[in-house]
Amino acid sequence: MAAAATAAEQGLRVALIDSGRQLGGQYFRHPAPGLNAPWIAHLHHGWSRFERLATRVETSHRIAVLFERQVWAIEPGFNVLTDRGPIAARNVILATGSYERVVPFPGWDLPGVFTAGGAQALLKGNLVLPGRRVVVAGTGPLLLPVAAGLSVAGANVLGLFEANRVRGYAKHPVPLLKNPAKFLEGVDFARQLLRARVPLRSGRMVVEAQGTDNLEAVVIAHSDGSNRRRIECDALAIGYGLAPQIDLGLTLGCENKLLSDGTVALRVDRSQRTSIRGCYAVGETAGIAGVECSLVEGEIAGLAVAGASPGGPLTPRRDRLRGFADVLRTQHPVPAAWRDHLTPDTLICRCEEVPARAVAEAVEDLGATDARTVKLLTRAGMGWCQGRVCGYAVACLARRDPAEPASAADLLAAAKRPLARPVRLSVLTELDQRNK
Amino acid sequence: MSVQFTFDGRPLTAESGQTVGAALLAAGVQSWRTTRFGGRPRGLFCGIGVCFDCLVTVNGEPNVRACLTPIADGDAVTTQAGDGRG
Ligand SMILES: Cc1cc2nc3c(=O)[nH]c(=O)nc-3n(C[C@H](O)[C@H](O)[C@H](O)COP(=O)(O)OP(=O)(O)OC[C@H]3O[C@@H](n4cnc5c(N)ncnc54)[C@H](O)[C@@H]3O)c2cc1C
Ligand code: FES
Repeated sequence: MAAAATAAEQGLRVALIDSGRQLGGQYFRHPAPGLNAPWIAHLHHGWSRFERLATRVETSHRIAVLFERQVWAIEPGFNVLTDRGPIAARNVILATGSYERVVPFPGWDLPGVFTAGGAQALLKGNLVLPGRRVVVAGTGPLLLPVAAGLSVAGANVLGLFEANRVRGYAKHPVPLLKNPAKFLEGVDFARQLLRARVPLRSGRMVVEAQGTDNLEAVVIAHSDGSNRRRIECDALAIGYGLAPQIDLGLTLGCENKLLSDGTVALRVDRSQRTSIRGCYAVGETAGIAGVECSLVEGEIAGLAVAGASPGGPLTPRRDRLRGFADVLRTQHPVPAAWRDHLTPDTLICRCEEVPARAVAEAVEDLGATDARTVKLLTRAGMGWCQGRVCGYAVACLARRDPAEPASAADLLAAAKRPLARPVRLSVLTELDQRNK
Repeated sequence: MSVQFTFDGRPLTAESGQTVGAALLAAGVQSWRTTRFGGRPRGLFCGIGVCFDCLVTVNGEPNVRACLTPIADGDAVTTQAGDGRG
């Protein structure tokens, strides 16, 4: 939105393509008109900013907003292929956001287990709670607003369990002091939770979800499995951080970089340019950094694409926010111990229903040493989601020695897929006809 | 505004603007698909169209993502077994 509005104000014609049905992306997700609840105002910070931005987009006669269009690939030059036909463009700005990373644990396929962002999307977009008695767990800054949102909307949040110890922040005072507002936002959420008597615990993770056909309880423990505690609940919101959604950039051939948390992002220069001429990447696609940074980078790219120089406070602000994001990343790694809690029956790939046993066989008995071979031998990652859900886990499990981190090639393989979105065969045939 | 729909023939009510998945959850239904191999129940997981766990049959059309598709008045939603192609 920020990129589109800025570029249009610079005189360019812009097509803003979104697979959703409204402006706002993940952060500013809001219910359809007509849906309302008394606590709705508490779900969003900075709503007026969104309204100002939406006005800039909606009142511009240079922007065509195209909703409910999935871009499944971009050809060089650029031909943007959507499920409703191609769109030619001289430049493209990739702002495809992120998706949540979750690592497998026994019972994670039970209905009632949601990703943390999924629980938030359900609430923000539909005003529906994932359950009455909810546990929030995993790692990362997203857990705080999720727990606070659920609590304010009337769920009984039985606890927020952060897998990492949060003391490490003290080691990085500079980025924290340069971003007091971001830091205080977290403190504010924590205060809100304490007021609502939601227990906050760090150094604990969900090691098991229990139930027959629905979630009935989760087991929380230290990462070494000690201090097990069972909590009865009907929903679990879990997330181990976000991963950039960059398939469109990768198939175009944009250079990428591996970040300290094992996610892969597009490499950009100071003006948000990727290595492919005319292709820009902003926000989460250039590395997870939060909504604030996405907005600033959108402005920068919107100026750069029009040949204007992003002077003033924009670039220093971006650098400051990126610095903060880098600290967050180091503080919230996926705890390596997740592997220790798997049972042979735990599904690794939810789509193809591939259990941990099959992955272990591929690595230990059949000699697979990389994620691609594991995939070919077990079908893990070949289902509908194309490895978005299990890709990280498979990359880790392809290492026989649990102490070794996943290889860069395997993490990249997990991020790369030829089609960004599933496409109907008829669309592909049509394209084939045109190209003949 | 409320809309009327059915789930496996059972009449239910939702708010207009909600997704099929949200409407089902609000009505107390947590799962609406059984997996192809294990026959295991599934419902919403990622909530944003990424995981494809929430596939369901709507008005006879299988493999609809419940987390993205808005519910419409008169929709007949049915549990999807496997890939929904019978
Ligand atoms: C599920 C979820 C919930 C979140 N909740 C919160 C929260 O409550 N609080 C918080 O601080 N942060 C939250 N975050 C993080 C937050 O989303 C980001 O910080 C912020 O939204 C990033 O903005 P962005 O513009 O980079 O990406 P996004 O806001 O994610 O926007 C990306 C847009 O691109 C569209 N898109 C992606 N791929 C395609 C395609 N192939 N074709 C067409 N359109 C496409 C998507 O529909 C989306 O509208 C959440 C993230 C996720 C994944
Ligand atoms: S819940 Fe993941 S795609 Fe619908």
